[in-house]
Amino acid sequence: MATVYVNDKPVEIGEARLNAIEAAQRAGVFIPHYCWHPALTVVASCRMCLVEVGELKDDGTVQMQPKVVPGCQTPVKHNMVIVTGEYGQHQPNEPIPTPLNYPANYGTPGQRAKKAQADTLEGLLLNHPLDCPVCDKAGECKLQDFSYQYGRSTSRMIDEKNTPPNKPYISSKITLFTDRCIMCTRCVRFTREYSGQGELTVLQRGEHAEIDIFPGEPLENKLSLNVVDLCPVGALGSKDFLYKQRVWYLKSTDSVCPDCSTGCSIHLDTNKDIVYRLRPRENPRAQGWFMCDEGRLGYRYLNSKERLMRPLAGPRGQLGPKTWREIIPALRRDLADRAGRSPDQVVAILSPWLTCEEAFLLARYIKGLAPTATLALGPVPIRGEDDTYPKDRRGRPMQPVRFTIRAEKCPNRRGVEEVLRHFQGEVIPFDRVRDRFTAGQVNVAWVTIGASPDRTGWDEESARAVAQAGLLIVQDLFAGVLTQAAQYVLPSCGFSEKEGTFVNHAGLAQGIRRATNPPQEARAEGQVYLDLMGVTGLFQAASVRRELAATIPFFAPLAAGMDPLGIRLGQVPEPVA
Amino acid sequence: MAEFEPVLLRRILKKASPALDAYRSDGGYRALQKAVAEMTPEQVVEVVKASGLRGRGGAGFPTGLKWTFLPKGHPGPIYMCINADESEPCTFNNRILMEEDPHQVLEGIILSSYAVKATVAYLYIRYEYGPATRAMQKAIDEAYNAGLLGQNILGKPGFNLDVFIHRGAGAYICGEETGLIESLEGKRAWPRIKPPFPAVEGAFRKPTIVNNIETVACVTHIVDRGAEWFKSIGVPADPKNPRDPGSYGPKLYCISGHVNKPGVVELPLGVTVRELIDKHGGGVWKGRSVKAVIPGGLSMGFMTAEELDTPLDFAGPGRVGCLGLGTAAVTVIDDQTSMVDVLYNVCRFFEHESCGQCTPCREGTGWMLKIVARIRRGLGRREDLDILEEVGDRIGIMPGTTICGLADGAGWPVKTAIRKFRAEFESYIRSGAKAVPLPLAAVGH
Repeated sequence: MATVYVNDKPVEIGEARLNAIEAAQRAGVFIPHYCWHPALTVVASCRMCLVEVGELKDDGTVQMQPKVVPGCQTPVKHNMVIVTGEYGQHQPNEPIPTPLNYPANYGTPGQRAKKAQADTLEGLLLNHPLDCPVCDKAGECKLQDFSYQYGRSTSRMIDEKNTPPNKPYISSKITLFTDRCIMCTRCVRFTREYSGQGELTVLQRGEHAEIDIFPGEPLENKLSLNVVDLCPVGALGSKDFLYKQRVWYLKSTDSVCPDCSTGCSIHLDTNKDIVYRLRPRENPRAQGWFMCDEGRLGYRYLNSKERLMRPLAGPRGQLGPKTWREIIPALRRDLADRAGRSPDQVVAILSPWLTCEEAFLLARYIKGLAPTATLALGPVPIRGEDDTYPKDRRGRPMQPVRFTIRAEKCPNRRGVEEVLRHFQGEVIPFDRVRDRFTAGQVNVAWVTIGASPDRTGWDEESARAVAQAGLLIVQDLFAGVLTQAAQYVLPSCGFSEKEGTFVNHAGLAQGIRRATNPPQEARAEGQVYLDLMGVTGLFQAASVRRELAATIPFFAPLAAGMDPLGIRLGQVPEPVA
Repeated sequence: MAEFEPVLLRRILKKASPALDAYRSDGGYRALQKAVAEMTPEQVVEVVKASGLRGRGGAGFPTGLKWTFLPKGHPGPIYMCINADESEPCTFNNRILMEEDPHQVLEGIILSSYAVKATVAYLYIRYEYGPATRAMQKAIDEAYNAGLLGQNILGKPGFNLDVFIHRGAGAYICGEETGLIESLEGKRAWPRIKPPFPAVEGAFRKPTIVNNIETVACVTHIVDRGAEWFKSIGVPADPKNPRDPGSYGPKLYCISGHVNKPGVVELPLGVTVRELIDKHGGGVWKGRSVKAVIPGGLSMGFMTAEELDTPLDFAGPGRVGCLGLGTAAVTVIDDQTSMVDVLYNVCRFFEHESCGQCTPCREGTGWMLKIVARIRRGLGRREDLDILEEVGDRIGIMPGTTICGLADGAGWPVKTAIRKFRAEFESYIRSGAKAVPLPLAAVGH
């Protein structure tokens, strides 16, 4: 067992191979850094993570190195002593560790590192425009944060700053404010090591060095927007988010990207019921550190003015707005009536966008109405093939794969399938029930969709077939062929407006949480099912999840509640992050 | 010392032909033949180690010791890189060696490659050295024809070596060991973080030795005449300092700047600056006196006129506050020259050549240039000198704030200039003098 001492505090690191930043993290000490990122190679060039290191000798004395070293490049070993610039500062509730036996001539531990970090920040700010008031990054900028925490408050430079030109041309999705760049080269390394095509590069030398693209080859790969997250300052900006919102107004909610079955963990940044951006949330059990541009920019339909806002009901073609108070009893009556007359002709189509809890409730409700009803899995949209990164310059995938954008463009096929399997022993895909619709053998059809209209997986033909059902109830976000043919249109909620569980391609169950209120009278699917079943009160994903875990063995691991990083279900091996 | 006979310049001073035949008739390739016939590679390493030869490129690292850092029993390939990116300002000794006596250099390359079991040697020559490149290429071609390069050299089975010339594209940083390797690999010459050191993982991720031209030229003569002979030249190790490996052997000193007779002279290590200027450089030009001397290329900092008796061995310049011996290229600055102008020129160089990787160097060199340029324009402040000194002190591998030594070299001239000539800078600032504007072309950076 290896022990290292971070600011006098002993930390057991076991057999782990860590650098000083990671070891300090385990001791609860943060070492500021810009260029280091766990997913990228170490370049040790920003010189923000400078620390003092030494070795604890067997006789209890400490031998310190006379110079500072970058923490990111320093692998820790047994009896290593790490002193950071914050030496001597302790958390209020923490016991103060006994100081180690530093050499008498060493001076105050931490002073060297503290000065070196302040010097680095002074350097970084020399040519920085300090245009925080108009910079999108302000509020979540590492240059701001570290300057405040570790820097000096005044600049000693009175000379003119360098003003390299901005580069909005580097990508259709990204703009570069060259003068704000601190040359950590995270973005360059990302395009070389992760997305692989190396679109970004460094031009010029010394203080004139700039990030740029090669002429005529903009940064247009499917992972490109990750460089905006990687940028510790406001140099790389997402054109989608640019000047939309100050980040301190944003409320961040942990969620899951619903746009493919990879199920990337995300931060959902919202303000006043508007979704402003999605950012990847680090999750070694899901996707790692990043997410694709398609998922990141796939949120816009949530904010759309075209959403279905109110429940509608009435004979075909003569739908009129109704209140939920009117519609729920009417629907319950209609369903009971028809299901009683022809129980074999009830079909519910469960969308792969439903959460596990919603699928469970709907399946239970329908089976409760008519035990011989058919539960089918809604159309699963498959687009192309799984797209893996890194890619080489010619766009060919390379090994080892570090990121996969999946062809299955829905979040919860796995979870809905397991629910269906429980209720009827098998998964009936939509294609197997379509003929029953065209043959007029369906009296009641309950259709759930709940996806962005360009990603539903429904084609015109299928929709027309389903439209022939005797009684058609549609739960969706947008109007379409099916809502026009329906007798009941129930406006549902997007993934940012409800809570529940998605199970990704590898069987990882992750929780989504409510970040915004649904528009007007749209009501979450789960709530509608509870209302129909006559259960009073609000839909709580946690309680339904407990019930689900108790009922279906596949979901049993969820009984103890949801982990922020998700819980692995089924017998699926742990994939390499 | 008086009877010192030039070793490296022996043929050059005689104006001997650089051709292979002439080199051979002067005893050339004798050392190589001896090594191949009688010595194992390990024995060559031992001889070089025993000779106390230290790298001539600037850092003065013991060459034999560097060779022993190679992993034992490595299946290969092992690469030899010869650093001829002689970019340190005022330094031109490698150039003379390559242009005038290329086979001496080549023999050293072959011998060194034999010692470290390298099968490929890359000769990295700076772009500006056209004649040197052509001379070396001619020598390499001759050597291939004579069976001195290629497969089974000199009939020794399994001794294979190919030498390739790689021309740089004009960046100072390519002279840094790992910057050179990056550049050789076709990348931007950003020095690598160490460890791993090149001897473990260098060019193309294989064990690599990087040696200077003059270093490998010395190897030839060490193998030829033995370690004891080499050790009889120069300054022995200080017995009181266990960390001093001594300064042995002959050294090519470049003399430039305000002297009557600039050029390259070969002398035993340890000659004083005064002797170099007065005896070998023909004295300061125009009857003037010395104001400052740069002892070993721009990076080493400045010496004052009072420090001229400093011996130029590996330890001497350090005793008067300079960074080290460097390339032993002495540049004389006469008493009519403004130190403000000199420092401005120095800062321009390093601002232009900083690779831009590490923050302290990238921003520090730029800031120092801006300050010195402003002082020169007559807008200096007293506190600027303190800032210059502080920045000069805090950038580099010695305080631990950068990856490579370029920043030390950028900081050293600035802080030594301010420390040693502070009065001149202060009076310049007080007088509000404005320097003569330089032509735009010279200022453009």
